[in-house]
Amino acid sequence: MGWIAEHVESIKSMKIRDTLSQLITLGMIVSTALIIWKALMCLTGSESPVVVVLSGSMEPGFKRGDILFLHMSEAPFRAGEIVVYNVEGKQIPIVHRVIEVHEQENSGKVDILTKGDANDWNDRSLYAYGQNWLKPQQIMGRAVGFVPYAGWVTIIMTEKPIIKYILVGALGLLVITSKD
Amino acid sequence: MQVSLTMNITADLQSLFTWNTKQLFIFVAAEYETPWNPLNQVSLWDAIIPAKEHAKFWIQTANKYRFIDQGSNLGGKKFNLTLHWHVMPKTGRMFADKLVMSGFRLPDEHG
Repeated sequence: MGWIAEHVESIKSMKIRDTLSQLITLGMIVSTALIIWKALMCLTGSESPVVVVLSGSMEPGFKRGDILFLHMSEAPFRAGEIVVYNVEGKQIPIVHRVIEVHEQENSGKVDILTKGDANDWNDRSLYAYGQNWLKPQQIMGRAVGFVPYAGWVTIIMTEKPIIKYILVGALGLLVITSKD
Repeated sequence: MQVSLTMNITADLQSLFTWNTKQLFIFVAAEYETPWNPLNQVSLWDAIIPAKEHAKFWIQTANKYRFIDQGSNLGGKKFNLTLHWHVMPKTGRMFADKLVMSGFRLPDEHG
């Protein structure tokens, strides 16, 4: 109880300049995070350098909650590569393995088929209506590395947004009321 | 034309297992050319090796996935078979390599 009273007191005694200063600090932290994210996008060549695994279709290799590091290059796609791709009209990207490649001269026209390691069937039923093959343009990157469990924070915050608000609110409050 | 292959695979992949190896994903793919597509890769069979004890093995198996092209008839087709292995770590970077065996040929249509 004394801890709460202390923080209430510090809020009451704050001057406008101090408040602004703390807000700017908060802004700088957010900007730094954004800069790091954009720099990662440049370094990896992928618009999404890090993704969280959301389904169990690549188990036991990847489990829900794992984080994947992606890399994108001009190199042609080949069987065995684990790719992250978007389907037209679907929000969530899919992380599966390439099992078939049919390529015209020098990546002219490329047809790709993917499948989750844990699935019995290939991904045709996941593609857009009438689409039998994936195009390289739909692929955001190749998975090159991963960290297990680290993505659970993101999953929890997405599926239970109230936790996100509580966390951000508490963080903001602590930053603003801390005495430096 | 339906293609059914039986493959005899003997392999010792134990050296790929380190303290950081979670599993190996291995697969056999056929590579071949067609008039429209100079490069075609079709996965025929795959398996997961979960531990070092299982990495030295002999297996006789039919193809898991159909050996079929997008459009053309594969009768008499020359192809390579490649064994790929993907090392999936407990954490960190993944890497992969393969072994190419060339000189295979499918029987002609009415062979």
